[in-house]
Amino acid sequence: MNNSEVINLQQIIKTYDMGGAEEVHALRGVSIQIRKNEYVAIMGPSGSGKSTLMNIIGCLDTPTSGLYEFNSVNVSEMNDNQLAKVRNKEIGFVFQTFNLLARSDALHNVELPLIYGGVTSADRKRRAREALEHVGLGDRIHHKPNELSGGQRQRVAIARALVNQPSILLADEPTGNLDSKTGDEIMQLFEELHRQGNTIILVTHEEYIAEHAHRIVRIRDGMIESDQTINKRTPALADQGR
Amino acid sequence: MNQSFETLVYEIRESLGMALAALRTNKLRSILTLLGIAVGVFSIIAVMTAMGVLVSSIESGLSQLGVNTFQVQRRPIFHSNDPRERAKIRKRKFIKYEQGLRVKENATQAKAVGLESWQFGRIVVTPFGNKTNPNVSLAGEDIEGFTTNNWAIGDGRLFTSEELSAAKSVAIVGMGVVEKIFPKMDPINQTVRIDGEEYQVIGVIERKGGMLGGNFDNFVAIPLTTYFEVYGKDRDVHIMVQSTDRETYDDCIEQVRGILRTARHVAPGDEDDFYIFSNDSLIERFNEVTYYVRLGILLVSAIALLAAGVGIMNIMLVSVTERTREIGIRKAIGARKTNILTQFILEAIVLSEFGGMIGILLGVIAGNLAAVFLEIPPVIPFDWAAIGFFICSIIGIAFGVYPAWKASNLDPIESLRYE
Repeated sequence: MNNSEVINLQQIIKTYDMGGAEEVHALRGVSIQIRKNEYVAIMGPSGSGKSTLMNIIGCLDTPTSGLYEFNSVNVSEMNDNQLAKVRNKEIGFVFQTFNLLARSDALHNVELPLIYGGVTSADRKRRAREALEHVGLGDRIHHKPNELSGGQRQRVAIARALVNQPSILLADEPTGNLDSKTGDEIMQLFEELHRQGNTIILVTHEEYIAEHAHRIVRIRDGMIESDQTINKRTPALADQGR
Repeated sequence: MNQSFETLVYEIRESLGMALAALRTNKLRSILTLLGIAVGVFSIIAVMTAMGVLVSSIESGLSQLGVNTFQVQRRPIFHSNDPRERAKIRKRKFIKYEQGLRVKENATQAKAVGLESWQFGRIVVTPFGNKTNPNVSLAGEDIEGFTTNNWAIGDGRLFTSEELSAAKSVAIVGMGVVEKIFPKMDPINQTVRIDGEEYQVIGVIERKGGMLGGNFDNFVAIPLTTYFEVYGKDRDVHIMVQSTDRETYDDCIEQVRGILRTARHVAPGDEDDFYIFSNDSLIERFNEVTYYVRLGILLVSAIALLAAGVGIMNIMLVSVTERTREIGIRKAIGARKTNILTQFILEAIVLSEFGGMIGILLGVIAGNLAAVFLEIPPVIPFDWAAIGFFICSIIGIAFGVYPAWKASNLDPIESLRYE
């Protein structure tokens, strides 16, 4: 087993200053470790702080205090440019609303992280194409988002998230805008990606979505309420030989 | 290095696409903004093109003087507005024939030195009663004067050096005079009378046309010696000098200047008491005269461009707001502040250049209407077009920086939530 920790949060506190003496304590000391090839669901009702936690894990935000190590590198005190680089190379985002560039075709959307990573044009095209084929959209690479179904759009977004071979895939309510059948397909895709060795963090408030994961972390009032590992057949290495 | 180059190439392409999309989606607003830029650039380019046309008109007009030729005369061809200057010029002594001969003898850099003197407003009469209007110019010329004036003999012949030294009463007439008094006959060997003196016509000078609509064909040339006998010897003479080639032209001017200063006893340090005009000095003078015109146009254009710049800023701010979410996506995916900044500044430049291009195109066309009117080849002022593009880039940068800075500083989390 691979025990290396991808994510190590120690006593993370995030406080928003709402002006004057008013403060909102979004996170009140969260500690959590996530290892390579884990499939974790972070759950919690709205206002629980799960979005804040996701933004911090995704390096879109920095904690007020506490330690955040990403692949053993301290990212809690990084500047904007350093964080941008971590987001580019190490984190693949999948959003509820897909967040694709409307004017660009699928290929171009998937190329985007490679562009900001400075990958040369020919290499970029090849890798973006491969990523799209990987999610089953090899025949749709020149379609614009409005020419694709919701499920296909989310697949493009997943291809975009994977194209830089990030350390984690961070999905925020990835099925929230999809009908249940399409949602199931996307969840199956996640499971497959997990089997292939990806580390997945899923943020959701829906129980049946969270059940796909192998570990469920529940957040309430800015603190971890529970952290349970669901005993499923350990995937990854064992399954690769199949 | 190579990586950031790849990213830059992408950003340029992307900015172009964004600018075009902005143009498409906000047609009216964009067109109005571009119009401002176009008007500003248009007025600069139109005026500069027209100036270029006029300068080239002067150049081609001056080829009435032969190639590499300059002329020395007592008065400048443009009159000064300063009364003291004018009084000083009026007091200048005539350039005497003898001084002209001194130049002829001593100007070693010169290929040809022509001497001439003019009477204006003459009437030419034929024995059978045809006469011209009292607007014919009469030139006393020596033989080299025909070379330096770039006069080509059409029919007939030039007078000989014997006829010149013997002060024969022979005349060579311009086409303007021929058409007026010999409309249907061969003028050669006819007799004409000017100021009571009779001359035998021995040749005709080919048509010259005119500069800026003037007429250089309405004249008669007689030997300079004959001219002195009729009108007296104490006449103001023009000295026309042709240098051996382009390289020696400036040296030749200086040599002639030196010879004349000595001949006219100009003390060292005093200014010349004569005026040398060449294509260069004419153009220089033209530029002086039109200086304030150009300055005024530049000022007006600058104001127009400033207003247009504010328009660009406005459209860019709108564009940033409209694309807040897109900026958020780009940031989440790993775009740095500088990536976003570059992209938006480039978009502002592209927008501005677009207007500039329209302005340059229309300006060149409008400026060349002068060329059509003057029947000379059109001018394309590449230097001013380049300056126009440069100015547009500056405007794009100056007025694009703030919106771009705003875009680059958007918070990715907020932007992703933006509806």
